[in-house]
Amino acid sequence: MLKINYKQAFLLGTLPVVLISAPFAISGYKVDLLTNLLINIILVTSFQLITTTGGWSLAHIPMMGCGAYGTALLSGGLGIPFWISLPLSALTAAAVGLVISYPLARTKGFAFFVASFAAGEAIRLCWTRFKIPFGGHKGLTVPAPVLVENVAWLDFEEAVPYYFLTLTITLFSLIIMYRLNSSRIGDSWRALASEEKLAKSIGINITKYKMLAFAGGSFFAGVAGVLLAHRLWAIEPRQFGFNATLYLLVWVVFGGSHTFAGPILGVVTLTFLGELLRPLVEWVPMIYGAIVILILIFLPDGLESLPNKLKSLR
Amino acid sequence: MAILELKGLSKLFGHNMAVNDLDMEVAEGQIHGLIGPNGSGKTTVFNLVSGFLRPSRGKVIWQGRDITNMPTYRITKLGLVRTFQLTALFKEMTALQNVVMSCHLHTGVNLWQQFWQDKKTRRKTAAVEQRAMALLEQMGIANVAQERAADLPQGYAAALGIANALATEPKIILLDEPVGGMNPTETAETMEKIKAVRDQGITILLVEHDMNAVMSTCDEITCINFGCKIAEGTPQNLCQHPEVAKAYLGEEIDLC
Repeated sequence: MLKINYKQAFLLGTLPVVLISAPFAISGYKVDLLTNLLINIILVTSFQLITTTGGWSLAHIPMMGCGAYGTALLSGGLGIPFWISLPLSALTAAAVGLVISYPLARTKGFAFFVASFAAGEAIRLCWTRFKIPFGGHKGLTVPAPVLVENVAWLDFEEAVPYYFLTLTITLFSLIIMYRLNSSRIGDSWRALASEEKLAKSIGINITKYKMLAFAGGSFFAGVAGVLLAHRLWAIEPRQFGFNATLYLLVWVVFGGSHTFAGPILGVVTLTFLGELLRPLVEWVPMIYGAIVILILIFLPDGLESLPNKLKSLR
Repeated sequence: MAILELKGLSKLFGHNMAVNDLDMEVAEGQIHGLIGPNGSGKTTVFNLVSGFLRPSRGKVIWQGRDITNMPTYRITKLGLVRTFQLTALFKEMTALQNVVMSCHLHTGVNLWQQFWQDKKTRRKTAAVEQRAMALLEQMGIANVAQERAADLPQGYAAALGIANALATEPKIILLDEPVGGMNPTETAETMEKIKAVRDQGITILLVEHDMNAVMSTCDEITCINFGCKIAEGTPQNLCQHPEVAKAYLGEEIDLC
């Protein structure tokens, strides 16, 4: 028992140290990668909120796009400061999510899959078709966030300050999502996913709770979108297409979606793997495909189920 | 006083008339039995009354209110709840967590408080846990409170199903074969507990195959076959009714 406690203490101790010192020890490009990883961590965790109620939503990346486009229009077009644009854009994503979740809540399994894909594509088509205000195929430019003027270490056009901004927002988001997940609301979500008949019977309004999960997940996808937009300084519809959704699905299948940490494990592992394999960059899609097949055969519940599997082998 | 009325209730599945123009009244405070051979439509009636299925025709009147096409969660809010034949439980949760979950409608905590969880909410949550424990004790399964629902033997699982239903603070419980597969001792114990629930003022509509249990517990019985009502009355009346025996056994013999 003591051994495990030391291990946990070690991880809990070193993680913040690593997270805070890393950007100073590595090159600017790598700091950007870390920032991107943090954004993806918010993305996969918010996705897990939706998979809990039984739906693998192919509209999640477009929700991220809603947040991105939201901040592009608010902070770029209207000049609204970042710290207002962030929650507003996330709320926009949540509102769009709420609207599409009503018809989606009536579908299950494969139908949900297809319907969410259709909804996501409809949203993307809006960005492509309506040059005003979404900029069509070329997309929009996004200004860097400004919290305080003329302070060097708060110049968010630079990689390191932006990393710390993202880190702070990621931490807050994860805490909120964790609390949501482990609250009675999370219990109701898991209840309706495991035994819908009984959940209905004890008075749980299934549609309402599914919509809540979808809107909540979309909110944080929006947060991720805002952070992405302000990092790239420009967004276009192609970034929020099926390619991105595919990566999201691979991360979540790889890491598992039944625990809070599962998807995070998945995205972190595969991102580092992707970096290690940078010399083989043409092979990466094939390697990812092979990884998915292997995982589905040998560890179908994802990486998060590994500790339990190892325990039962002893 | 009829607390639950079924008027001309019908359900058509393709070519199969599962429930055919059923009229039934359940009096308040009674244990009303619904019997019939396998496939006679009893569980379909439950599904129609509790909002799991929409009737093809007819109405369900609960406490004078038409609940015919209401969604299940709203019907539960109005005090009508059912149990399930192959017990549906939250399998990964413990027995206690199951009942706590089933207190969903009566925690006195709204969505925001559930997320925020301040001191007042925590006190209310503790109260809910106490109530859940009391329900487990009432059903005689307090000793398995910390066991996973999936690991419970059948008798305990059935009792937990009833505890879950009681947690919704119902005015009527539709029990779907509560003693299915139990031996005579367990059956007698469970029927006693069901009588105790009735004595608390909760009306009971009971579907069951065990004739002894039905005859000794019910105040009034309705017998259906092929979705139609074929007999109705007190246990004594039904004992002697030729149609009932014929439905079950294919011949006229004495069921008493």
